[in-house]
Amino acid sequence: MAHTITETTHAAPHHEETFWSKYVFPLDHKRIAMQYIFTGMAMAVVGGLMSYVFRMQLAFPGMDVPGFGLVSPADYNFLVTSHGTIMIFWVAMPVLIAGFGNFLIPLMVGCDDMVFPRVNRLSYQIFFLSTVVLLASFFVEGGGFGGAWTAYPPLSAKGAYSMTPLGSTLWLVAVALEFTAFLLGGINFVTTAMNSRAPGMKMFDIPIVVWMIVIASILFMASVGPLIAGAIMLFMDQQVGTAFYDPDRGGDPLLWQHLFWFFGHPEVYVVLLPAIGITADVMTVFARKKLFAYRTVLYTAFATGVLSFFVWAHHQFVAGIDPRMANIFTVTTVLISIPIAEMCFVYIATLYRGSIELATPMLWALGFIATFLVGGVTGLYLGASGADIYFHDTYFVLAHFHYTFFPIAIIGVFAGITFWYPKMFGRMLNETLGKIHFWGTIIPFNLIFIPLFVLGLGGQHRRIYNYNHFPELAGADFQNLRVFATVSLLVMLLFQLVFIWNFFVSFWRGKPAGKNPWNANTLEWTVPSPPPHGNFAELPTVYRGPYEYSTPGRDDDFWPQDAPN
Amino acid sequence: MDRPIATTRTAAGLPTGRLAIWWVIVSEIFIFGGLLASYIMHRLAKDAWAGHAEHTNLYAGSFNTLVLLTSSLSAVLAHKAAEENNGPKAAKLLGLTMLGGVIFVTVKAFEWSAEISHGYTVLTNTFWSFYYTAAGLHACHVIAGVVIMGIIASAARKGQELQRVELIGIYWHFVDIIWIFLFPLLYIAR
Repeated sequence: MAHTITETTHAAPHHEETFWSKYVFPLDHKRIAMQYIFTGMAMAVVGGLMSYVFRMQLAFPGMDVPGFGLVSPADYNFLVTSHGTIMIFWVAMPVLIAGFGNFLIPLMVGCDDMVFPRVNRLSYQIFFLSTVVLLASFFVEGGGFGGAWTAYPPLSAKGAYSMTPLGSTLWLVAVALEFTAFLLGGINFVTTAMNSRAPGMKMFDIPIVVWMIVIASILFMASVGPLIAGAIMLFMDQQVGTAFYDPDRGGDPLLWQHLFWFFGHPEVYVVLLPAIGITADVMTVFARKKLFAYRTVLYTAFATGVLSFFVWAHHQFVAGIDPRMANIFTVTTVLISIPIAEMCFVYIATLYRGSIELATPMLWALGFIATFLVGGVTGLYLGASGADIYFHDTYFVLAHFHYTFFPIAIIGVFAGITFWYPKMFGRMLNETLGKIHFWGTIIPFNLIFIPLFVLGLGGQHRRIYNYNHFPELAGADFQNLRVFATVSLLVMLLFQLVFIWNFFVSFWRGKPAGKNPWNANTLEWTVPSPPPHGNFAELPTVYRGPYEYSTPGRDDDFWPQDAPN
Repeated sequence: MDRPIATTRTAAGLPTGRLAIWWVIVSEIFIFGGLLASYIMHRLAKDAWAGHAEHTNLYAGSFNTLVLLTSSLSAVLAHKAAEENNGPKAAKLLGLTMLGGVIFVTVKAFEWSAEISHGYTVLTNTFWSFYYTAAGLHACHVIAGVVIMGIIASAARKGQELQRVELIGIYWHFVDIIWIFLFPLLYIAR
């Protein structure tokens, strides 16, 4: 562990930067982070508007949706598929892992950049290409892919079945490119956090959010491989005509489901862990209290990571797997709720007797815990194979999923953005607008999905274009709930305008933030906002853990990691 | 090229490049692992595949195994030369390894041409689909390795970036090991 290399003050090379080298092909980790975050936000707008169109169709079937027109069945399938694909692969992944990972890891571990800046740039370029391919696939002959984001064969394997011969292949290529981008990024994150920490920063002095992004990157690496293999086979089925997934010719469609969910379930934790990490950092700052049981949080994250590889078949209880196997997966699924529940308890214990300040980032962090708890508890019903046979493919599953993913991809991201915005852009967001946006998001969110739980319990099957075709589901009581959920969605989408306004106006009009507006401990708050190229004028040395708040006997209630005493 | 200080740090106790190449290999293991596990699951359920495997060319496969394993020897020797700071020698030895890779791919091209002309194409049945997909993915890795090795060797000849000789060596051993799994699974098991 010897730091034999003498590190002189980092003299950032001052060659002239053009517009192209600064904003289009940057090497600096902070700018690449901004590229990821802005691409992710743009895609969130696309994905959000898609949900508006198909929710309108569900609430008012056959209506001309303002701004879109008549929704055909093929449009509907395409919209729900793309909504899922975009929100997971083009919003949650780039913002939570690549965006925050790129921005935070070098700053928080106290070094000047990622270990491989050019690999980092390549990672974004491949990601950008994947975005272009995905968006292009919407406009090819036959339209975009409509076989759900899980892309089960045989539907996805043959153009004749999916009726989108080009769209489905482009979709697959886009997803594969996106995986490549995040593998490159992940290798960079893990290597940087392992090798480039500031002198004195031991394993347990690393901020939780960095740990979580690293664990998530490793989980991603270990789970996505089989799906890449599966995607190669699916590509061959689509374009060459092989029969890997065609039961008529000796293939096996269930194979895809195994490969997909072997990735798909760890993927939930790949995006959950960074969000949980952001929450930990935000909570300690606004509770002015040391994180309760730092190591326990890490050990539970490791346990979650390992367990997440043994739960995948709970997505396939009705797919014809052996009931004895279903029992085993029920047990592992219920087991994995233990470490996650433990984390929630640890966070609540962190709040206990803190001096809590309900600033906007803290509201989002608390909102994350509250909503994610509902998602976790409803997951227990679905994890039990007996109950799942009834709930499978109903809106109960859909509502459960959104109660886990919305906290992760939206609430967790807002916690992170509102917290690090001063560091990213050097100015404060408006607190009043921030609070309006918070309540305008969290209340409608619950009002969208609680009715969907009720609909699911009533047996409303998902992936149905028009419920009027099903007399038992077309009653007024059900339809009213659908309309209610759709109206709530409209309200929630409108409140996002408050955030967009706040975000962009604060660029120019926000109060200057200074180095450390929240009085936080971690290293990124010791440099100017926004941090210059090379981050630190003098590379820091670390003397203590990241969460030393309200230490008895000190004048300040915070104790920066790089302060000698 | 000016590198960030981050690249030169070694908090984990080993050089950044070596650490990263191991993570590359970890992610590759899972890609090939998924493909091979899928193949094995099919294979165990289908006895008929033993009959299909009989039509593979065991001689070509064995010869290729020998070539690929031997090419790893010169990769190791190149690493040794690089450690002794002998760039030109390392470049020459890497050239030998590249030759091995080229022979491997050439033999494979003839082997596949013969098989395809006998009617065993990627569409014949699922065994042959796996055969071409798995070996094809491996061959892509061989070709990529040869190309990267060429770039590294041309720098090494000028005495630049000698640490990379070891890294491409690690990758090349990994490509070998994948073949050591593929060869018995696709050719020998009957």
